[in-house]
Amino acid sequence: MTDIERRLRALRARAPRRLLPSILAALALGDAYTVVDGPVGPLYVAWNDRGVTACVPVAAVDGPFEDAHPRHAIRVDEPPPWLRGPLDRALATGRLGDLPVDLSALGEFQRLVLRKCAEIPPGQIRPYGWIAAELGRPGAARAVGTALARNPIPILIPCHRVVRTDGRIGRYAYGTEMKRELLRREGVDPDAVEALARRRIRYVGSDTPKTYCYPTCHHAARLSADHRVAFRSHAEAEAAGYRPCRACRPAA
Amino acid sequence: MMQPTPNPESLPGRLADDLDGAFADVVRVYQDGIYSGAVQLTRDRHDAEDVVQETFVRAYRALQRYPARRRAELRLGGWLWTIALDVCRNRHRARSRRPDETTLAVLVDPSDPAADDPAAVLDGAAEIEEWRRRLADLPEPQRNAVVLRHVVGLGYDEIAAATGRPVGTVKADVHRGIRRLERIPTVEEVTS
Repeated sequence: MTDIERRLRALRARAPRRLLPSILAALALGDAYTVVDGPVGPLYVAWNDRGVTACVPVAAVDGPFEDAHPRHAIRVDEPPPWLRGPLDRALATGRLGDLPVDLSALGEFQRLVLRKCAEIPPGQIRPYGWIAAELGRPGAARAVGTALARNPIPILIPCHRVVRTDGRIGRYAYGTEMKRELLRREGVDPDAVEALARRRIRYVGSDTPKTYCYPTCHHAARLSADHRVAFRSHAEAEAAGYRPCRACRPAA
Repeated sequence: MMQPTPNPESLPGRLADDLDGAFADVVRVYQDGIYSGAVQLTRDRHDAEDVVQETFVRAYRALQRYPARRRAELRLGGWLWTIALDVCRNRHRARSRRPDETTLAVLVDPSDPAADDPAAVLDGAAEIEEWRRRLADLPEPQRNAVVLRHVVGLGYDEIAAATGRPVGTVKADVHRGIRRLERIPTVEEVTS
């Protein structure tokens, strides 16, 4: 090899590592993923060119994420700029905000359930039946539970804010203790929630104006003790002349 | 996480059996070569990244249309460059309508560890820039042939396939290109 040939060969460079995930994402052949700090430890976050496709606590995965992810997955050091800002904001605020998510691999009912779930503000909880009622399917609480149990983007889509209809915290894909800890981080005391549940109190009413709320609704949280009324059922509240709160829309 | 380097010889057969499963390895094997060539042919590493992305996207779409037997018989290096040269030409055409804003900064990415590789043989960024300038001064057929032969490392038959020129012509292009590069004086020689 002549000197000039050797010098030309030395112009060979390595392609930036972000290219492969970007190409596979553009062809819908795979997702890129990275590790970010979450509210209760590091998270794997995967995405394609349409948005986030998965979020999994690192501690919950045995072995490499590539093996646990349903599609081809390639690790990158950090999310691309279009994703990074919205993702940081979503993790900081507990709200999905402008974070794009790709739920296109899911069925229509599950997509609706997850979109509705994402409307629950941080620090508040709703029963499965609330999502069912909001979707106009009041009998579908059990199907809602199944849809949430298979949430591919937990934490970012806050299925930990959905609890059993009797008020108990209920199960979580990554264990009840993680669900309770996620709620504590948002200012919800799971023990207090379950204490109310044991007394079979499901709603809290305010006497002026006469409205009733889920106990974690921000209207209920503002009430002082002498303006606070407890109800065990929708019927009990309605019979006492109370109307459902327009913010949390307690379901029957 | 480091993936084992896929075997290039097995790729056409794997593409015939399972296009979606094998395509990531096609990108892994050929992305450095296409990127390196595209940096020289587009004179800009952002454009070069776009060329790599567009080349593989177009390649995948073409492979989807090909019957399995045709995929199994592909010589991928030359075939991918058929696409990449076309993408480079379109880029270059679009770019030549704008003023040339190429600077060292766009050729050498200080944050990219890969950018350090050439510096091991070449005398740093200034010499990389000097070779880019010299290559850019070659007539297009010679530039393409020299870059594909000596930067990318394709065989003459693959270059012939990629450029649509006979093998003998390609050999002559490379030879003349090298001769010309040797005769182009460096900046230091002109100024000293």
